[in-house]
Amino acid sequence: MTAPAANSDGIIAGNLPVLTRKDFISDQEVRWCPGCGDYSILAQMQKMLPELRIPRENIVFISGIGCSSRFPYYVESYGFHSIHGRALTLASGLKTARPELSVFVITGDGDGLSIGGNHLLHAMRRNVDLNVVLFNNRIYGLTKGQFSPTSEFGKVTKSSPYGTTERPLNPIRVALAAGATFVARSIDRDTKHLEEMLYRAAQHKGISFVEVYQNCNIFNDGAFAAFTDKEVRQDRMIYLENGKPLRFGKQNEHGIRLNGFQLEVALNAESDEGLIVHDTNASTVSLANILVGMDYPEFPVPIGVFRDIEAPVYDQLVTEQVEQAQAKGKGSLEAILHAGETWVVD
Amino acid sequence: MTTESPTRPEHAVEELDRVTIRFAGDSGDGMQLTGTQFTKTAAVFGNDLATLPDFPAEIRAPTGSLPGVSGFQLSFSASDIYTPGDRPDVLVAMNPAALKTNIGDLRRGGLLIVDENEFEPTNLKKASYAENPLGDGSLSNYQVIPIEITRLNELALEGLPLNAKDKFRSRNFWALGLVLWLYGRSMDTTIKWATEQFGRRPEILEANLRALKAGHNFGETTELFRVQYSVPPAVVPPGTYRHISGNEATALGFVAASVLSDLPLFYGSYPITPASDILHELSKMKSFGVKTFQAEDEIAAIGATIGAAYGGHLGLTGTSGPGLALKSEALNLAVMTELPIVVVDVQRAGPSTGMPTKTEQSDLLQAMFGRNGDSYVAIIAPATPSDCFFMAIEAFRIALKYMVPVIFLSDGYLGNGSEPWRIPDSSSLPKITWSYAKEDGDFSPYKRDPKTLARPWAVPGQKGLEHRIGGIEKSGLTGDISYAPQNHHEMTLVRKARVDGIVQDVPDLELSGPAEGDLLLLGWGGTYGAITSAGQAARKKGLSVATAHLRYLNPFPANLEKVLRSYKKVIIPELNTGQLSLLIRGKFLIDAIPFNKISGQPFKIVELEGKIDEVLGRSGPYVIEFGHSSAVSGG
Repeated sequence: MTAPAANSDGIIAGNLPVLTRKDFISDQEVRWCPGCGDYSILAQMQKMLPELRIPRENIVFISGIGCSSRFPYYVESYGFHSIHGRALTLASGLKTARPELSVFVITGDGDGLSIGGNHLLHAMRRNVDLNVVLFNNRIYGLTKGQFSPTSEFGKVTKSSPYGTTERPLNPIRVALAAGATFVARSIDRDTKHLEEMLYRAAQHKGISFVEVYQNCNIFNDGAFAAFTDKEVRQDRMIYLENGKPLRFGKQNEHGIRLNGFQLEVALNAESDEGLIVHDTNASTVSLANILVGMDYPEFPVPIGVFRDIEAPVYDQLVTEQVEQAQAKGKGSLEAILHAGETWVVD
Repeated sequence: MTTESPTRPEHAVEELDRVTIRFAGDSGDGMQLTGTQFTKTAAVFGNDLATLPDFPAEIRAPTGSLPGVSGFQLSFSASDIYTPGDRPDVLVAMNPAALKTNIGDLRRGGLLIVDENEFEPTNLKKASYAENPLGDGSLSNYQVIPIEITRLNELALEGLPLNAKDKFRSRNFWALGLVLWLYGRSMDTTIKWATEQFGRRPEILEANLRALKAGHNFGETTELFRVQYSVPPAVVPPGTYRHISGNEATALGFVAASVLSDLPLFYGSYPITPASDILHELSKMKSFGVKTFQAEDEIAAIGATIGAAYGGHLGLTGTSGPGLALKSEALNLAVMTELPIVVVDVQRAGPSTGMPTKTEQSDLLQAMFGRNGDSYVAIIAPATPSDCFFMAIEAFRIALKYMVPVIFLSDGYLGNGSEPWRIPDSSSLPKITWSYAKEDGDFSPYKRDPKTLARPWAVPGQKGLEHRIGGIEKSGLTGDISYAPQNHHEMTLVRKARVDGIVQDVPDLELSGPAEGDLLLLGWGGTYGAITSAGQAARKKGLSVATAHLRYLNPFPANLEKVLRSYKKVIIPELNTGQLSLLIRGKFLIDAIPFNKISGQPFKIVELEGKIDEVLGRSGPYVIEFGHSSAVSGG
């Protein structure tokens, strides 16, 4: 990911500018709570963006409402802080109108899965070429601590003093079900992994969906600590890697295998035989659907790419239809005004 | 200029100035098609005309039932007309349910053509007739012509390889053939249409043509009709004409706006009656670069539209009343970010689902005030089906010049109604000028043009203009988030002032009738035809009555107050409970008299004449009489 040498004008081959992380830092004061996981996501994004070698003016960040949705203010590019749950609608319209732009959607578990859940499904179904990053902190932070659609069952919050009585959604499962063509998960605390996921998502043609486990140190502190803490991470998380057997543990000593339709942990599996081999490009969604069921404490929590497939891209298809129609001749206003039966009065 | 079928000498020909016909039948009987074909024929002949399709909300209510009745009324004339007629002169009723729901509207002495084969016990029962009305004397006020349309149609189609059901479906063409004959009209337009439509299914084409001709011949040979009628062509300005509905004109107008501005059009919409036709029309317009986005819901439709406008394209979304309600939060985002989108609302009867296929003008206050905060948008409303074309262009002219959302208030009556239209010379339509933000100089997202107060339109891809906008209040100076008290005060006022300032581009209100006098009728939207006709009728009676029609509702034309104060009394007729009245009273402290009808049906001219007489002291209090309206249960 090293940038090629630039000429004296700072332009690399192909007329693409050499940008650095600093170029993507806006002049706005970042106002997240000190210690918030959002800082890490912002930093990895700003580090990753120059690697795309896309002119800054062609990058747009669109968000909804919530803590995460302040993100566009802090990135020096075009930014649109829209309304609750609707970022994907604006992004879909913008990308359809202007497919040459690189459009990122920043959302959260409330914004993206509660009020905006419908749009998430349909943007994925259409496969609009957008990069969706969902910050999942399993809590409503901006409104100061109510449970969210990803809060665990029974969770005690300000709006559920006796514990919630509703089951959570798994964002990855939703994305897979809706037909997303790139689906990945990362965590705020593993900056290298996060940056790589963001980069791969941005490179993907079609919709990409990255769920980031993000710590809200004010209203839901330590929500993911049980498996993301450095000391336990290797035993309680599993890094999905394409083409490789599913292994985890400090010495990579454990594996994951199938027993009928059930997953099971193969403790101290000496051989790879019988372990599941990850395949992000599988034509069916079955494997990803099985892996998404792994959760702590029964299983290590999977992070990495669940699915990465090619499929026709909505905004390209729409543009092609227009281009094909125009190739046969651009529309004539005079002609459509006179379409159908006309008559002349002298 | 069209070839007319020769008429048989044994039928006397009576010349009429104007005729109103209503075709009514089951929703599966093809009445909309029958009406449309007669309309096209009359249009090509050169009559002035107006139409009122009236169909049930259910696509297929139970056959023969009262809620399943579908009707199509048209009025055609040798002189200028503005409405589809108050009462039909001719009613074609294809079954008992159609008779029951429509007979109340037929003029006394009017011609009633019924398919007597359909008046059998089952159908009579479905229409809640205890006795057969064809035999009990209840129709003695009308010229009843019972014809065995079903049987005669079957005979005409004998030998065709079609089942009984398919043959039955040609009855509407049989009836159409008969009515075309009755008014001395050629079958050419319909034959041409059917040939194009059914070309790939020769047996269906043959059935329809045989039915059409059989109906036509029946008129010629039967002695049921003593006279044939002729309605000469209207005297209209020279030019090339076509027949156009309001929704078609709306779609064409927005395509024209795209051509005139040289900006691609993006249409985000979710299917909704009665606005869906605009989506259908625009989705065909790809050769103009039009991109249509059938969204997952109303909110996504406007969200995508805002995204496209942010990207520098013409952002258009369309809906009807309940959809506008769903869009209101996102519309406010366009208000706050000052992006040039246009929202079409083809109004229908509300509240809630209301009566989706019926017309109303009850979204004016929603358009004006239906959002949180002090939120102002421009509002315009076409007056006739063809006016939709010009007002669509006007919508984007305003949106782009002032960087402001514009609501385009059409209605079901305008959208589905149609009229002949003198096609404008496309080269005479003025270009729409606009500009993106300048890439040099000191850019700030809310730095305003001193004359229009518009902010610069800086679109992604413009180098050096990277900036952030959003729904949170911004500093008018820097564009950064600002909660400063004075800033919000000033930004709210400037957003309002920007909309108020559009008045510099709003033409003065035009008057029909005396410039001052006893009474002014002030209307807006689809009531133009009825109000104009009522004003003409009143002046014929020697009354001092003028009419005026608002096409710009926010801001109002600059001369509106002066016009209002030039008459002793002002009536504001509306198909709502008095929404424009409220605005006029609130803004000008003028004691305007509301005249309201909320039946899902347009005004009849006689209703307005009745109110004029009341207000001028020529009669007692006027009360609207509601007959059975078609497609509404008459039980």
